[in-house]
Amino acid sequence: MTRRQVRGRLPVVLVLPAVLGLAFLLVPLAGLLVRTPWTSLPTLLSAEVGEALRLSLVCASLATICCLALGIPLAWLLARSGLPGRGFLRALVTVPLVLPPVVGGVALLLVLGRKGLVGQYLDAWFGISLPFTTAGVVVAEAFVAMPFLVISVEGALRAADPRYEEAAATLGASRWLTFRRVTLPSVLPGVVAGAVLCWARALGEFGATITFAGNFPGETTTMPLAVYLALESDPDAAIVLSVVLLLVSVGVLAGLRDRWISGPS
Amino acid sequence: MTLTAELRVTRGTFDLDLGLTIGPGEVVALLGPNGAGKSTALRALAGLLPLTNGRIALAESTWDGSDAFVPPEERPIGVVFQDYLLFAHLSALENVAFGLRARGTRKAEARTIAREWLGRVGLDGHAHVKPRSLSGGQAQRVALARALATGPSLLLLDEPLAALDAATRLQVRAELGRHLADYAGHTLLVTHDPLDAMVLADRLIILENGRAVQEGPPAEVARRPRTDYVAQLVGLNFYRGTATGTTVELDGGGRLTIAEPAWGAVHIAFPPTAVSLYSAQPSGSPRNVWPVTVAGIEPHAHTTRVRLDGAPAVLADVTTATVADLRLRPGDRLWAAVKATETHTYPV
Repeated sequence: MTRRQVRGRLPVVLVLPAVLGLAFLLVPLAGLLVRTPWTSLPTLLSAEVGEALRLSLVCASLATICCLALGIPLAWLLARSGLPGRGFLRALVTVPLVLPPVVGGVALLLVLGRKGLVGQYLDAWFGISLPFTTAGVVVAEAFVAMPFLVISVEGALRAADPRYEEAAATLGASRWLTFRRVTLPSVLPGVVAGAVLCWARALGEFGATITFAGNFPGETTTMPLAVYLALESDPDAAIVLSVVLLLVSVGVLAGLRDRWISGPS
Repeated sequence: MTLTAELRVTRGTFDLDLGLTIGPGEVVALLGPNGAGKSTALRALAGLLPLTNGRIALAESTWDGSDAFVPPEERPIGVVFQDYLLFAHLSALENVAFGLRARGTRKAEARTIAREWLGRVGLDGHAHVKPRSLSGGQAQRVALARALATGPSLLLLDEPLAALDAATRLQVRAELGRHLADYAGHTLLVTHDPLDAMVLADRLIILENGRAVQEGPPAEVARRPRTDYVAQLVGLNFYRGTATGTTVELDGGGRLTIAEPAWGAVHIAFPPTAVSLYSAQPSGSPRNVWPVTVAGIEPHAHTTRVRLDGAPAVLADVTTATVADLRLRPGDRLWAAVKATETHTYPV
């Protein structure tokens, strides 16, 4: 028995580009898997790959934590405070989204570099120097990834009904308690979605990282940097690194998806 | 301890100017059409909207005034919002305990008190249910328990029954009445439903365009309306006029004879059931008789309500038999008659 079609056939003008789009996104990934030298994989998975992977995961996670700590309050400020010039601030926050990451790296160097506007004092007063360190990688990744979190959380906050916050106030809750117990739980899906985007962006960060933090194996050479460098010397190693990065990202996203995004809340 | 308020709020072209006193244990209903300023008054009392001018004070402590503003979280209030605004991620019990926790009660104690309150509103078995699994009536009761659990001095109810279906409403209204009778604090009920106001309140304040147009006990307001809006709410024919003895010249045209002599500006009210309709001019008996034209006919409870144009225009409730006898249709010319003794005249 064939299922009866209520809405008629799908229009070709939509289906054809949709299928092309799907192919465009998936074929390169499939190609990567096809060309992977699976037999010599164990020999290529050197200690260096493990080192880069560990560094990538640690830095991306730290950057995400920084983004959560600074980005959620920033999103709250933009969505709830009634601050004058919020529209302009919101536009400024999104600049790192459209800025080429390399330019972001240069900007970070000019401000946080040892002779930078802020960096010279960090160096003189606290002996802290960020460029070309693991901390620098985290800073570069956070700089590039934070707008994703802020935009996602701010959108969720603006969609949330502020009358619940008023209800909490009439029950005696301070603004901070209201934020913790009422606002934050109600925007949690937005926070999680933002954090996932933010983490994924940080994990793939290349331009700002290599500009601001350089390329020191074990210290600042994250997976994307390792892939790029390996491509020049040892293409097979580059493929292996890429596949590992692909599997890790997909694995983490799939895990979070089951737990948070589509699962019953 | 009396709550006294001079609520003056200006927002754009709208301004609210309302004097309000509520005694302990008293339930005052603020009744008025949409946009009259009822919610503005409630929000000002809750501290969600600062006054432009005026003052709110409970006994000696000023909540809002030229020299002080107490934010909502520091006012001893409980609010039941129109759509309840229960926190979706918290269980019924946690919702009721929220206010206690926010005001510094220890967790175990807060939960005990919250459980007691859930019992009092008849929701013992629903402590761990999330709001989205509660029925409308149950959610309303959780909202009431949440508002009362902190022991507020002022209870504010914003259209507490508006979101319920008719059958649930009847039951919840009766329950709410019981809880309000037990409550020793001050209660302000905001509603556009005259029945809610009449049943639940000790005193009504009718608000139109930001001003109180009438105030008094429900029975008094129902008997002696002072504006067209109130007359319409309580279902009376209502006119203004100038009385000279038993004759009143109506402001809108026409003349009515009344039973008790009066002088000067008066209101006249009589129920639509006091109006009789005739196809020809009736003779005899000292009553008011005037020609009218049928403007509309609609069913009204067990009778038929006929809208009649004339001097004055009038509403008449007639039986279905009368409708059939007279073969009523819009545009028909008839005679309306009202006995002088059926009218109620009172000074402006």
